[in-house]
Amino acid sequence: MSARSQPRLLRALLHPWSLGVAGVLAVVIVWTLVSASGTVDKLFLPSPAAVWAAGQQQAAEGLLWSDIRASVSRVGAGFALSALVALPLGIAMGANRVICRLLEPLLALIRYMPAPAFIPLLIIYFGLGELPKVLLIFIGTLFFNTLMIMDAVKFVPSELVETALTLGGRRDQVLVRVITPCIIPQVIDAYRINMASAWNLVIVAELVAATEGLGKRISLAQRFLRTDEIFLGLIVIGLIGLLIDLSFRLLLRRTCTWAV
Amino acid sequence: MHLQLDRVSKVFGEGRSSKLVLEDISFEILPGEFVALVGSSGSGKSTVMRLVAGLERPSAGAVLVDGRPVRGPGSDRGMVFQKYSLYPWLTAAENVAFGMELQGRGRPEIRERTAYFLEVVGLAGSASLYPRQLSGGMQQRVAIARALAAEPQLLLLDEPFGALDLQIRESMQEFLYQLWQRTGLAALLITHDLEEAMLLAQRLHILAPRPGRIVRTISLASERSDLAHLRVSPQFLELREDLARTLRSLDGALGA
Repeated sequence: MSARSQPRLLRALLHPWSLGVAGVLAVVIVWTLVSASGTVDKLFLPSPAAVWAAGQQQAAEGLLWSDIRASVSRVGAGFALSALVALPLGIAMGANRVICRLLEPLLALIRYMPAPAFIPLLIIYFGLGELPKVLLIFIGTLFFNTLMIMDAVKFVPSELVETALTLGGRRDQVLVRVITPCIIPQVIDAYRINMASAWNLVIVAELVAATEGLGKRISLAQRFLRTDEIFLGLIVIGLIGLLIDLSFRLLLRRTCTWAV
Repeated sequence: MHLQLDRVSKVFGEGRSSKLVLEDISFEILPGEFVALVGSSGSGKSTVMRLVAGLERPSAGAVLVDGRPVRGPGSDRGMVFQKYSLYPWLTAAENVAFGMELQGRGRPEIRERTAYFLEVVGLAGSASLYPRQLSGGMQQRVAIARALAAEPQLLLLDEPFGALDLQIRESMQEFLYQLWQRTGLAALLITHDLEEAMLLAQRLHILAPRPGRIVRTISLASERSDLAHLRVSPQFLELREDLARTLRSLDGALGA
């Protein structure tokens, strides 16, 4: 090792992500060792190589891509709808006491009804197509998004609102030019957090009724005892979730430099 | 503008839990006058300011601007809060421009006036900095520039330097005094700092706490070319001690 490369290595080790990467690597290594030792039945614990092979096969057949596309577009549609409705609704509830008192108990009640429990109803109403799955994600995230946005509005410092009023601002200007920009960081963060439940719900919906999608692939794999494909599905779901989380973080850092 | 408070009382809450915060407050501010309200916490002095700003309504009595009752906030009464009132997502210049944009002024005018008022508060070089990049004193100067740029006829200052270090506070007092002399604006200063009120105001009212009411009014000599010198002059110190005794006795009565 040359003298110059040493600090670079040290710097790489000190990078905030290096410990996290080490943690993931450790799990993969333990997994490899345990599955290679043969102490656990291959049926229960497929080797990383077997999972990789299953992934290559599914990718070659095009299944992997069509499953990802199906799941991601369901999440995308349902969550976009929820985000779009939650923003004005949350702002209205946070800024207007009457609307808040009218809707908050209702939302608090519905929020405690587990979204998957709506699946039978949605299937009866809308059949087995895309609509009930998209609606499930919509229902399952709308109330959390709305309540978190409402809270963000309530925590806007009163000085910021009152300053605008004493500068001659009207109520609508306060809403658009003070409250909205002020809550954008919390809105992005609320979306990031609730995206995780959207991603959970799509898998649940697909386990129940679907022809394609990552959740459907897992439930098919169970029927044929293909644990390697189950592992593959879980890892892909996790990776996509992580990717979405990171892009929300990046978005926050790019758009709201003042808040991070 | 001519501001009058006529026997203003303010009650917060209703029924048994209601609390009288202000009782029979009457005073006025003539055009170009600098008036201060001094009182300890609980004297309701911030409530007076909020009533004048139109952020609260009086329970009894009237707040009149040029003879007409105040119905709500308006840009004729610009307000500077103690702290945290700059918009953190806007630069210093954008903060100064904010009020003028709400008023719907033209772009060239906004640009020109923003530059002018940043210059007035000595922050022309910090136009593109965000609030978190500014010190506490600089932030308050931006807040003052923003209030001035909206062309108020009365400037409301609610403990504007309360959160600043002593040294910065003294230089900000000098700054505010010079600003007042230059602009000829009427101003209402709320403070618990007796010296600050005496240095800046032409007239000061002392508020007693619980409920807030005016117990003493003092007119101050208007000749003060050198604030640093005035601070340590014997007459000034004597009057300050006298007023401080009044304030202490009000707090003492509370403790008894």
